[in-house]
Amino acid sequence: MPFFTISKTILRSLFGRPATLMYPAVPREYVEGSRGHIEIAVESCSFCSLCQRKCPTEALSVDRETKIWKIDRLRCIACNFCAEACPKKCLSMATGYSPAVTSPGETEEHHA
Amino acid sequence: MIESQDFRETTPERLIGEVQGMRDAGYRLVQIGATRTEGFEINYSFDRNLEFVNFKIRLADNTEAIPSISGVYWSAFLYENELHDLFGLNIKNIHIDYQGHFYRVARPAAFAEKPPPPKIKRAVKPTAGTEVKET
Amino acid sequence: MRTIIPFGPQHPVLPEPIHLDLVVEDETVVDVIPSIGFIHRGLEKLVEKKDFQEFVYVAERICGICSFIHGMTYCHGVEQLMKIEVPPRAHYLRTVWSELSRIHSHLLWLGLIADAFGFESLFMHSWRLREKVLDIIEATTGGRVIFGSCKIGGVRRDIENGTLREIAAKLRDYAVEYKDLGNVFLNDLTVKRRLCGVGVLSGPDALGLGSVGPMLRASGVAQDMRLLKYAAYGGIDFAPVTAEEGDSYARCAVRIGEIFQSVEIIRQCSEKIPGGAIEIKVTGLPEGEFYARTEQPRGEVIYYIKANGTKNLERLRVRTPTFANIPPMLKIMTGCQLADVPVLVLTIDPCISCTER
Ligand code: SF4
Ligand code: SF4
Repeated sequence: MPFFTISKTILRSLFGRPATLMYPAVPREYVEGSRGHIEIAVESCSFCSLCQRKCPTEALSVDRETKIWKIDRLRCIACNFCAEACPKKCLSMATGYSPAVTSPGETEEHHA
Repeated sequence: MIESQDFRETTPERLIGEVQGMRDAGYRLVQIGATRTEGFEINYSFDRNLEFVNFKIRLADNTEAIPSISGVYWSAFLYENELHDLFGLNIKNIHIDYQGHFYRVARPAAFAEKPPPPKIKRAVKPTAGTEVKET
Repeated sequence: MRTIIPFGPQHPVLPEPIHLDLVVEDETVVDVIPSIGFIHRGLEKLVEKKDFQEFVYVAERICGICSFIHGMTYCHGVEQLMKIEVPPRAHYLRTVWSELSRIHSHLLWLGLIADAFGFESLFMHSWRLREKVLDIIEATTGGRVIFGSCKIGGVRRDIENGTLREIAAKLRDYAVEYKDLGNVFLNDLTVKRRLCGVGVLSGPDALGLGSVGPMLRASGVAQDMRLLKYAAYGGIDFAPVTAEEGDSYARCAVRIGEIFQSVEIIRQCSEKIPGGAIEIKVTGLPEGEFYARTEQPRGEVIYYIKANGTKNLERLRVRTPTFANIPPMLKIMTGCQLADVPVLVLTIDPCISCTER
């Protein structure tokens, strides 16, 4: 029938469950393995700065003297390259987005 | 499976004739692209039923005149304008010539510039007692 | 009387900027002059700064929709230059991801074309179905559109055989809904009125103007780069989807046919996938020149890679499918009605940011 061909689809979604979430009342659940943001367990970091050299976007900076590990969340593309390279396995990829920052270039610091 | 790569050399003078031959044999124009080597190389690629053929012309610099093939393959004007805007190549008689306004670029012919000499590695200060592995 | 009407760079049907000067006589378009280059990013030049392994990330970001296939084509090219034998399992995984991205890209396009001819609820339903494919992609690679799962020498993540079979089963369920959706596109009277006989491109014209992908196949030319048997396509049984008419309806039908074809290819992959490693270690540096050609949702993409034995490539040239499809788009627009211009721009499935790289 060349008319009302979409009615089946419409009826199905009329009586089915909604396709969208009532966000933010219902939070989004991330699947495991979704690449959201990088987390660091700074206690085990040896400040070897390998992650800094591996990062394709130069989002990381590691200072060996002051023992500060910094990440610019807006530069990071969540590629997981640093986590694969880290010899101490202290970097990991977590789900969910990192919080908003107020200005570009603002870094998040982790002190040992 | 590795696709066979058929590269044939030609010259700007013989170009139109070769391209016309490809057109008559029923080839499709796949792309035209340039490379900056010591001088410049231009590749003209053609395809017929997955059979892939390339014609390469070598130029000493980008002032040399090259005939446009847009008279043979109408669609070539896009590629030729691109070559002109990015490499500053001097292509004559393009069917639709944008006169350098095809791409809005900050600097004309930026792709013709040689890359800067390799950067010195980002300084790492090794301190005693730490292993620095470079891969 | 002739009037020139500027169309774009900002226009409700255009997701990305392209400008067309339409020369119209009454309501008929008699000539079109395209103008692109609003978003030229110079990514090809970036190979001189990024090393060849890092560049996979840049290649993936050339386009936001066929991102995986861009990354894969780049890897394929470099692997051929370095004579790396990628493990067969990695080849199969690449094939699965390529086909998933083809499904999501075609559903995206179906939504956009529905939007272009003003069928809003069809647009919403296409994108609702696309969202489910994106969920599969996120669960297997970690990203929704930037997969980031391809690397030189293999892939970064594995999909377990069981999960792969579940995905194939899920897609088979979704295919029922795709069928209902396809039915609206192919049989609804109002949709047919907007698509049938609009923008006819004959087979010889399509070849002569260098069109690629669904544009070419809708004109009756059975050309599909997957027949080159890159990745695992050599072990898969499939034939290019074609149509004869060469009008907008045929292009729509080809893309809908390819959605089902992709579902079928993923099913075959889930059965045929061999075990083993998913990557091998890469040593050495690339040298030589190579043309890698693969089939994207929009058509054939060309990666020309020239390497000189250093860690930066000498030249990377990307010819994206939309670039090749602009001349045929101009051809089908001359002589059309002004009101059909948005539909015709969309039937080539334009992706401008990858056109300009
Ligand atoms: S690579 Fe790992 S151990 Fe080294 S500085 Fe980075 S986070 Fe720390
Ligand atoms: S995830 Fe990628 S971009 Fe982000 S910090 Fe790590 S290496 Fe850099």
